[in-house]
Amino acid sequence: MSDLHTEIAIVGAGPAGLAAALAVCEHGRAACLIDDNPKPGGQIWRAGLTAGSRSATNREAWLTNPAIPAELTARLARVEGLRVLPAARVVATQNAGSLLLEDASQARYLHYQKLIVASGARELLLPFPGWTLPGVTGAGGLQALVKQGLDVSGKRIVLAGSGPLLLASAATLRAAGAQVLLIAEQAASRQLAGFVWSLRHWPAKLAQAARLRWALRGVPYRAGSHVLAALGKERLQSVRLQQGQHVRELACDWLGVGFGLVPNTELLQALGCALQDGSAKVDALLQCSQPNVFAVGEACGIGGVDKALLEGRMAGLAAAGQVEAAQALIPARAHQLRFAAQLAHHFSLDPAIRQLADAQTLVCRCEDVRHGDLLAYNNWREAKLQTRCGMGACQGRICGAACATLYGWPVTGSRPPIQPTRLGSLLQLETTEAPSS
Amino acid sequence: MLIRIELDGTVRQVPSGISLAAVLAGLPGRRSASGEPRAALCGMGVCFECRVTVDGQPHQRACQLPVREGMVVQRDV
Repeated sequence: MSDLHTEIAIVGAGPAGLAAALAVCEHGRAACLIDDNPKPGGQIWRAGLTAGSRSATNREAWLTNPAIPAELTARLARVEGLRVLPAARVVATQNAGSLLLEDASQARYLHYQKLIVASGARELLLPFPGWTLPGVTGAGGLQALVKQGLDVSGKRIVLAGSGPLLLASAATLRAAGAQVLLIAEQAASRQLAGFVWSLRHWPAKLAQAARLRWALRGVPYRAGSHVLAALGKERLQSVRLQQGQHVRELACDWLGVGFGLVPNTELLQALGCALQDGSAKVDALLQCSQPNVFAVGEACGIGGVDKALLEGRMAGLAAAGQVEAAQALIPARAHQLRFAAQLAHHFSLDPAIRQLADAQTLVCRCEDVRHGDLLAYNNWREAKLQTRCGMGACQGRICGAACATLYGWPVTGSRPPIQPTRLGSLLQLETTEAPSS
Repeated sequence: MLIRIELDGTVRQVPSGISLAAVLAGLPGRRSASGEPRAALCGMGVCFECRVTVDGQPHQRACQLPVREGMVVQRDV
């Protein structure tokens, strides 16, 4: 297949990636926007059913997603120099300036001068007894499935975990006709009150929180509550919860549990970019430790859609050579970073959450490695070598964050391919790296 | 609009535009290394729990696949 060339490659078509693409192309530079999904919008603006399912090669058709703010879509539809590659994933990096991409039919190189990584975040999914039962999903995971068309009308659903995503997910589920029995937030009511109080500095977010709460009127939202176990034989039947001093059991059809978000940093790590506290380490203009690489949005720190839009714009401007315009946004970004800090502070995990797994609970779901099997090891590398933890299909994307949370092990030593891939795609790599020990 | 797919040898009518994971609705698509039934977890292509065989291709993530007319799906349970 023939190689692709672009000035500025952007990985991820969520809010940060779209904002970056717009800034680049509105300043006369060419961009190539790559996304794993058939439609743009990322997770927060996940395309609903009305958006159509086919991966459109035509940019305007691809942009059709009512969840994306109309003004953004309209401006993106007008710009010149934007090429989109939907349903494509980055499987490897090659030297500086090249990515190996794979889609359903082919693998090919994309050569770039600058790269903006807007790879977003995934949910922090932590082990508890029964969490592998069918019917137990992430909290955002269940929301994503409903947006994909999962029918939950009349279904009894419990959401548990932590963070604003629980409320957003509950609102989607309720609008789809589900019966949301309970939202169990692990943060104490004192923490939640502190968070709401801090929102006075971000009036739009306060208004959004109020709208969500109104949409969820009548749904019990309990602070200081967490899941203890999912119960059932071949499928979820009920959930056991700790609510303050009480333990209760609720029969339900679905249980969505998520404890917050984890930045997707696999591509950044493959590029050799330094991380700090689990997210990309960036300077004031979003540049990573490697030259010509920028990280924006959740990839450089969990902070929500407004931060993502702003950072995407800043990096897009900087990459397009509009450095002064990018610098002018630094104070606005500082305001968003303060919100991110509030989020992390007020939804910090209760130590009890790290104690939910028992010895028999699986931590690595790909290789079926139990909590009891892992206690003997001191770090991620030892655990991988001895137990195969983190060596299955997800490549440690789920259990890596779980082990970091439960055992304090930083995830180290990630290797190509970045995604499970076809052998045929790997054969296109021009040189293979010598295996390190 | 409804389309037809084949799931474990049985023809099913499903709404067009939905994902295969939405069709499966928590029905396990595979068994784990130790034999447990597994179904979609993350809903966004990260966890690989919703893998099924589609049109003879193994290890396809059901949550990333819109259903197509005539799609042949085999669960490995």
